[in-house]
Amino acid sequence: MIGRLLERNPRFSNWLYGFVPPERGTVVLVHRRVYIVPTRMGWLFAGTLGVLLIGSINYSLSLGFALTFLLAGLGLAGMVHTARNLARLAVSVGRAEPVFAGEAAQFRLYLDGRGTFDRPSILVRHQASAAQLVVDVPAGAVVEVALGVPAERRGWLPLGRVMLETRFPIGLFRAWSYVEPDARCLVYPRPERSPLPPASGQAAAGSLRAQTAGSDDFAGLRGYQRSDSPRHIAWKAVARSDEMLTKQFAGDAAAELWLDARLLPGGLNIEQTLSRLAGWVLAAERGGAHYGLRLAGVEIPPARGDAHRAACLQALALA
Amino acid sequence: MTGLPHPLAPELRPVNTRDLAWLVGALLLVIAPHAQRAPWWLTLLTLCLYGWRLYYALNRAPLPSRLLVLGVAAVGMLGVWIEFRTIFGRQPGILLLMLFSGLKLLETRSHRDAVVSAFLGYFLIVTNFLYTQTMQTAAAMTVALFLITAALVGFSAPQRPVRANLRTAGLLLAHAAPAALALFVLFPRVPGPLWGLPQDAYAGMTGLSDTMSPGNLSSLAQSDAIAFRAEFQGAAPPPQQRYWRGPVLWEFDGRTWSIGPNFLVEFAPPEGGRGTYRYEVVLEPHNRHWLFALETAATLPERSRITYDGQLVSNNPVRARIRYNLTSLIAPRPAGKDTPGSMRRALRLPQDFNPRATALAAQWRAAAADDAEVVARALAFLREGRYVYTLEPPLLGRHSIDEFLFVTKEGFCEHFSSAFVFLMRAAGIPARVVTGYQGGELNSVDSIITVRQSDAHAWAETFLPGRGWVRVDPTGAAVPGRIDIGLARAVPQTTSLPLMMRPELEWLRGVRDRWEATAHKWNVWVLGYNPERQRELMSLAGLRDADWRALTAALFAFLGVMTLALLAWSLKRLVRPDPVQKAWRAFCRKLAARGVERAPHEGPRDYAARAATALPAARRGILRIGELYIALRYGAQASADGVARLRRMVREI
Repeated sequence: MIGRLLERNPRFSNWLYGFVPPERGTVVLVHRRVYIVPTRMGWLFAGTLGVLLIGSINYSLSLGFALTFLLAGLGLAGMVHTARNLARLAVSVGRAEPVFAGEAAQFRLYLDGRGTFDRPSILVRHQASAAQLVVDVPAGAVVEVALGVPAERRGWLPLGRVMLETRFPIGLFRAWSYVEPDARCLVYPRPERSPLPPASGQAAAGSLRAQTAGSDDFAGLRGYQRSDSPRHIAWKAVARSDEMLTKQFAGDAAAELWLDARLLPGGLNIEQTLSRLAGWVLAAERGGAHYGLRLAGVEIPPARGDAHRAACLQALALA
Repeated sequence: MTGLPHPLAPELRPVNTRDLAWLVGALLLVIAPHAQRAPWWLTLLTLCLYGWRLYYALNRAPLPSRLLVLGVAAVGMLGVWIEFRTIFGRQPGILLLMLFSGLKLLETRSHRDAVVSAFLGYFLIVTNFLYTQTMQTAAAMTVALFLITAALVGFSAPQRPVRANLRTAGLLLAHAAPAALALFVLFPRVPGPLWGLPQDAYAGMTGLSDTMSPGNLSSLAQSDAIAFRAEFQGAAPPPQQRYWRGPVLWEFDGRTWSIGPNFLVEFAPPEGGRGTYRYEVVLEPHNRHWLFALETAATLPERSRITYDGQLVSNNPVRARIRYNLTSLIAPRPAGKDTPGSMRRALRLPQDFNPRATALAAQWRAAAADDAEVVARALAFLREGRYVYTLEPPLLGRHSIDEFLFVTKEGFCEHFSSAFVFLMRAAGIPARVVTGYQGGELNSVDSIITVRQSDAHAWAETFLPGRGWVRVDPTGAAVPGRIDIGLARAVPQTTSLPLMMRPELEWLRGVRDRWEATAHKWNVWVLGYNPERQRELMSLAGLRDADWRALTAALFAFLGVMTLALLAWSLKRLVRPDPVQKAWRAFCRKLAARGVERAPHEGPRDYAARAATALPAARRGILRIGELYIALRYGAQASADGVARLRRMVREI
């Protein structure tokens, strides 16, 4: 119920959680943002204390009182220590590499204890997907946490709210805090495996040949260029000669392929269209072809290489 | 929240061998004192359960089924029932709790179970205090508390090194201590008990009993336990005046002396006497009503009355250590009169017992001119009879007094006083047995007289016309050393004495004196901290008539301050910020105020360049700050001089 209330009233939740999402840069969990409640074990502990206190009164046990009160103090100190295990933790995010829809986006969070004490047993949990991990943050160290968040749909996937929780040191209290860092991951459309379209008009004969022979027909070596895919580097030859060489395949120069949304049969919806195009981009890149992409309002001239492939896929993701 | 398992939930985290071993170690320390009191089979069973669980952990075997655990529990409970004929009550309850600690371990799989076991350990610590609350116990249990807490910390951080967990546990307890102290002092104390206690709640308290038969005082006298302590204002009385009056025994059935019917009277302070002593007594609990006073009490302590034979009795049984103030007079003017009823009681003797003693008394009676002469003859008889004072007197038959007087001639004070009173009554002189303590040891450190159970003594009182009840100590007559120099030297060397009473261990006694002075403070200030003492302390602190409301308010005020202090500690700046970085941030803030905010991705060089273009008036300063910052932060060496310059420039810009 409270959850729904918070969802409907973002201003209220922003006030409650003490931040306005998304948060840019490094987020420091100030005390204001660390919440704490007793765990079930905490309540059990309180019950035990009650019994001990009554027993001490009943039997007039001075040392019973002393122990009961020491344990009560332990609870109090434990509360402060538990909050401290999270407080002032600095959370920052790293770049998330693009993924295809259906894969898990790997968000990287960096937890910086920024202190002289270690912070064991911190749970990092992605609220929406419940991807979670328990980490120890040693004193003065930065710990990288990779959260695998399932990417269901293409486009930008924001990280969303992440909960950090700890019960250290005595497990009687649960302290937690929310962060919503400004991190997003590009999700490409889910690629569909399908045969490449025929090459476009101006190089019809050549491109057909290239298409059939493109991927494996080794044609020779040439000097490495920065745009070459690492898959095509001739590592064996490099090892022999100290010179970066790229394998050249037959048809590399010849094929020029236009991946055009309009080539697709009618009746496909936009997602299916994009999926097919994404599959073509991958196939064309694998095949070593020069390919261009044409979408409604987007035209990427033919080229090849990882950067080109990424540009095409990004255009498809955000179309 | 999603329904996925929560990795920090204790029920989902299996307990590892290290934490388990740690917990078992802590529990062993906790149950060690119980184990000495428990029947051997129960101790063995509990230890086996601990060992069994560890064996499982080491071999990674699956735990036994719940049915087996229940079976062991049933067997244990049956055993306790056979031993005690009940499973309720204090002792059986605690023993079962000890057994359950083993059973709980045996089914401990997750952290949740382990935490419950740890809480059980905390509980068992308190049960130890039901038996003893000495400083040694407190120290041992503090160690146990520390270990259990370290185990709890370990459960929360299974990967952390033990040493770090120990440090955390120590830090937690250190932070807990001030709050604990405040709670101890300020928590409104209620006088217990809240409800009826089990039958055996006060078992095991030692002290004088309301009867005396041959052998029971001498067995008490072999105990080193403390009966009470007395702190005198000014000088303490000499040993031969230290008669601490206890129950007075009137009735004799041929073997056992007992109190008989008794009633309370209005207190009439005695007068005259040879000296006055004011003192405070800290009496150990003995589960009886009587209070001990140096003869003869001239005041009545709070919440107490006096019986017609001069015995101080408390309104409630002494079940906790209590303190009371007293004034005593030495040899006051006797009352001189007593009721005919008590005269009759003081002459009553059972028929057909001890014919030889009766005959001897009749012979003295016939020969003596008055009662005082009979008393003198009896004392002379004892003095010259070569009686042996021993803690291990031979067993006596039906005519116990005849046998002691004429055959065995070995006895303890109970034999002497019993025989003397019998002789007096047989001679027609009213007499009664008084039990109590005689002597006590003056502690050289704090000048407190410590009276032990081994000082238990019995003497006699005879009623002489015109003089009233007069104390006569037949033991003193027969064995003069007992009164002047104490039990230790009065008993022949062959008899076994409590270790500390042997005269050759003088230096050891010095150590003991020091120790006991500390123990006395412990008893008075820690264990004896009760509602009265709390009120006393509060009025010392300026809180007159502090009721529970004032105490609670003070308590919460202190706890609030305490929590704030802890929070301040946890908020304390963790790392001193780099001065260069600090100056740079101030610089960024200043420029941001003028509308040039640094973008998160912007490096210092780009930012300075952009700011210089945007703010041409401060162009040179901005660029120089940018360069200096880069040099200081990324350059080979940062000089203190450079840092100072940077700060100055940032300030001036």
